[in-house]
Amino acid sequence: MVNDFAAALSEALRLIASADAQLAQIVALSVRVSLAAVAFAALAALPLGALLAITRFPGRQALVAVLNALMGLPPVVVGLMIYLMLSRAGPLGQFGLLFTPAAMVIAQAVLITPIIAALTRQVIEDAWLEYAEQLRSLGASNTDAALTLLWDTRFALITVVLAGFGRAAAEVGAVMIVGGNIDGVTRVMTTAIALETSKGDLPLALGLGMVLLAIIVGLNLLAHWVKLSAQRRYG
Amino acid sequence: MLPLILENVSYTAGGRTLINDVSFEIGAGTRTVILGANGAGKSVLMRLCHGLLRPTSGRVTWYGASGTSGSGRQAMVFQRPVLLRRSALANVTYALKLAGLPAAESLRRAQVKLDVVGMAQLAAHPARVLSGGEQQRLALARAWALEPEVLFLDEPTANLDPHATRHIEAVINAIHESGTKIIMTTHSLGQARRLGDEILLMSGGQIAERAPVTEFFSAPQSEAAREFLSGELP
Repeated sequence: MVNDFAAALSEALRLIASADAQLAQIVALSVRVSLAAVAFAALAALPLGALLAITRFPGRQALVAVLNALMGLPPVVVGLMIYLMLSRAGPLGQFGLLFTPAAMVIAQAVLITPIIAALTRQVIEDAWLEYAEQLRSLGASNTDAALTLLWDTRFALITVVLAGFGRAAAEVGAVMIVGGNIDGVTRVMTTAIALETSKGDLPLALGLGMVLLAIIVGLNLLAHWVKLSAQRRYG
Repeated sequence: MLPLILENVSYTAGGRTLINDVSFEIGAGTRTVILGANGAGKSVLMRLCHGLLRPTSGRVTWYGASGTSGSGRQAMVFQRPVLLRRSALANVTYALKLAGLPAAESLRRAQVKLDVVGMAQLAAHPARVLSGGEQQRLALARAWALEPEVLFLDEPTANLDPHATRHIEAVINAIHESGTKIIMTTHSLGQARRLGDEILLMSGGQIAERAPVTEFFSAPQSEAAREFLSGELP
């Protein structure tokens, strides 16, 4: 068993080192899908979180609670809902998106939009405590204030967006359902790892696992470093 | 837009009456210093005047500003300056853009004001890593650049050392001489003497005494004023 593992590990390292075509293709698709998902999600979630932090209206607290709860959306349930929407008989069936990378982008974006929005709301609300009187004194509207705070908390928000990316890239249930794990088309790192492990092809699974880990840990280290150096420079 | 008129203004928060039935009129020209101990209601009164708080009862009106807030003609500098995470210069142009000035005019005005407060060298510096005194001077430059008719200052030197305080007081006087009405709070008697033309003494959420600065210090009329003056530290 130990030998099996050692053999699998060395084979996995060989796959990575030789930039194995199959492995590279899976990694590239994963990164493309998750980057697209995080881009769409951030576009919606950053302004949403900022406005929710700044505006005051009846039912706001309830909305904040719902948003926080949605951070824990079960991926397979999101996958199922997107599946139903995109399937032939579904309301968006005519676009033929099911089992395409686009479907996976949608599923991941739906999954991480509440995460980015809720974390953004928290970051901006903390900043708003400090900025509110000054910005209102200068005559800033809610929109002005939201844009100003999004820019002023940009270094903290990088970490928030990367948390979204990490969640999107690491997710398996939703993309499995809406993507179908089709070899060469919709097979991403997580679905490939699940499949190869069950097939017993441990080297490929292990290799992909190491790449996935390296991407997520690497990005978060980078975000941490950006934040620290920016804080030192901008206060 | 002056005079500023308060009629029977009260402000209650969390079951506590912070401002209790205050009425007064403040006109142009003089430097008005609102004096009082911590918790006397100075800051709350100033926020009511500036429009950051709404009175629980009573009215705050600016002459000729019926129906409009008139906020474009007034500015406020806070005890702890709130600066944006960008350069000193960009902090000033930010305020001017919000006020609706064209970019070129914003830049010109911002540069002039930074120069006047002695911060031209630091224009490109990130604002939030400046020293406390520099941050407050920048906040003054930002408010001044708006060319307000009235400038509110809430304990502008409370967190500063004597050297920085002198610098800030010089800037406040320069703003006064440029024709802007100064209304400021302080708990420092020395500062009230140096910067005030008239004193409004607050005690327990009310105006205890209002007098020209020399009279206030030489012949205080109210019990609250005598008590406040006798509590002065050497």
